[in-house]
Amino acid sequence: MARTRFPADAGLTSRMLGTMFLLGLLYVVFVAVLIAILKSWLLIVLIAGGFLFFQYFFSDRLALSAMRGHEVSPEQAPELHQMVDRLCALADMPKPRVAVADSDLPNAFATGRNQQHAVVCVTTGIQRRLSPPELEAVLSHELSHVAHRDVAVMTIASFLGILAGLVVRSSIYAGAWGGGGWGRSNDRDNNAGAVILLVVLASAVVYALSFLLTRLLSRYRELSADRAGAILIGRPSLLASALVKITGDMGRIPTRDLRAAEPLNAFFFAPAAAPGFSFSTLFATHPPLERRLEQLEKLEAQLGRPA
Amino acid sequence: MKFLDALLGRSKPKQAKLDALFGVTGAAITLEASAGMKPTGKAAVCFKPASGQGFAAASEELQGLLELAVKEAGSTVSVTDDRYGYRWVVVTDPDMEDLVTSVHLVNSTLEQYGFGPQLLCSVFAFADAQGRRFHLVYLYKRGTFYPFAPLGGERRDNELELRVKATLGSDLPVEPELGRWFALWGLPLD
Repeated sequence: MARTRFPADAGLTSRMLGTMFLLGLLYVVFVAVLIAILKSWLLIVLIAGGFLFFQYFFSDRLALSAMRGHEVSPEQAPELHQMVDRLCALADMPKPRVAVADSDLPNAFATGRNQQHAVVCVTTGIQRRLSPPELEAVLSHELSHVAHRDVAVMTIASFLGILAGLVVRSSIYAGAWGGGGWGRSNDRDNNAGAVILLVVLASAVVYALSFLLTRLLSRYRELSADRAGAILIGRPSLLASALVKITGDMGRIPTRDLRAAEPLNAFFFAPAAAPGFSFSTLFATHPPLERRLEQLEKLEAQLGRPA
Repeated sequence: MKFLDALLGRSKPKQAKLDALFGVTGAAITLEASAGMKPTGKAAVCFKPASGQGFAAASEELQGLLELAVKEAGSTVSVTDDRYGYRWVVVTDPDMEDLVTSVHLVNSTLEQYGFGPQLLCSVFAFADAQGRRFHLVYLYKRGTFYPFAPLGGERRDNELELRVKATLGSDLPVEPELGRWFALWGLPLD
């Protein structure tokens, strides 16, 4: 076994395991409740599954078109391609497609259901603001997302959220149509109403919980990508300085732009947070800057140790 | 394990494969005998320098070992950093075996200090009978070689590359995925 300078981060792994366990538990409980109270649950699962399927298979195109990114050839962006080429050779992974988005928002994202269908996209804003080594650090963070298959994991994790949301909606519609939507006879209207109320309640609670848990999972996976990316380039401080630069710049960008980009936060290198709008750490898709810098500092210290 | 690692967002740094590198001496003989392609006596190792005292110590020892080896074999060594932040140790020696030995010295020293994952590739320069130059690139993480023939203006001579691949046949593990034959512009060997 060849040596590596970085011991596995057992704490991070176990916290992530814990989150995933809770998510899984929630799912099991939810499905059990649904089966117990609804006879047509199969239909709902099919609809939610369809959404999931769509999101999973078209994640690369969805995210790219939402950000108005376009793929660039090695002739169009030789330096960017060369950086990605070399990072992929270092990490031993197939090269993803490379895209550039014409936006002044300094950001980068990676998407795609697996390594063969991955896209790495950087904005013109980030290319302008970061030095080439810092941009390379950001790219290695994004490539780590690809290697960790984060799109697949996060899509599956948010499956429950989608499912619960659909149930809430369809139950409300069913209730508005007099409870007949579930195919029950009129003399059992009261009963049906109670069932629907229960479904709505259960879905809402499940959705809220799953929402928080997927956000928590997302934050852990950001930390994982930070860690793997920093190890790949061998210089954790580069990633740290890129983070500081980007998050510092974020506050100075006009708010309108930021609001437009907020739904895509989960894919981003650093979230687009509007200044003066404090959004609770509980709902954040990314860990706070201090937490990320702290981890990178620790890695830097491990590199400093003499062999 | 791959599934579990993906699930936990955990990737281990890929270790370098060093053994297949020695195949290049035999391949050089094949290339010369069947296609008149000769090594130019230059080779280079490329790696990504890490920060911190650990890597500085490894570099220092590497420097000492290289000086010793150079004295013994009569070759010359130079170190350059390229604009992408990678370091190149360039060795010049007319003897192919001495070249491989020097390249391996860099590999093994880095690996010994736990910096094996930092190794990107090593490159051996060749030229055919008409003086067209190409390189055999060894990918450490894959344990495979591929030919890279740069032309002026960041273009590649794909025909020559494919001819080299055909000539090598089964003498050398050639990288099967053409997508991984990435271009190395501005090689310090040219």
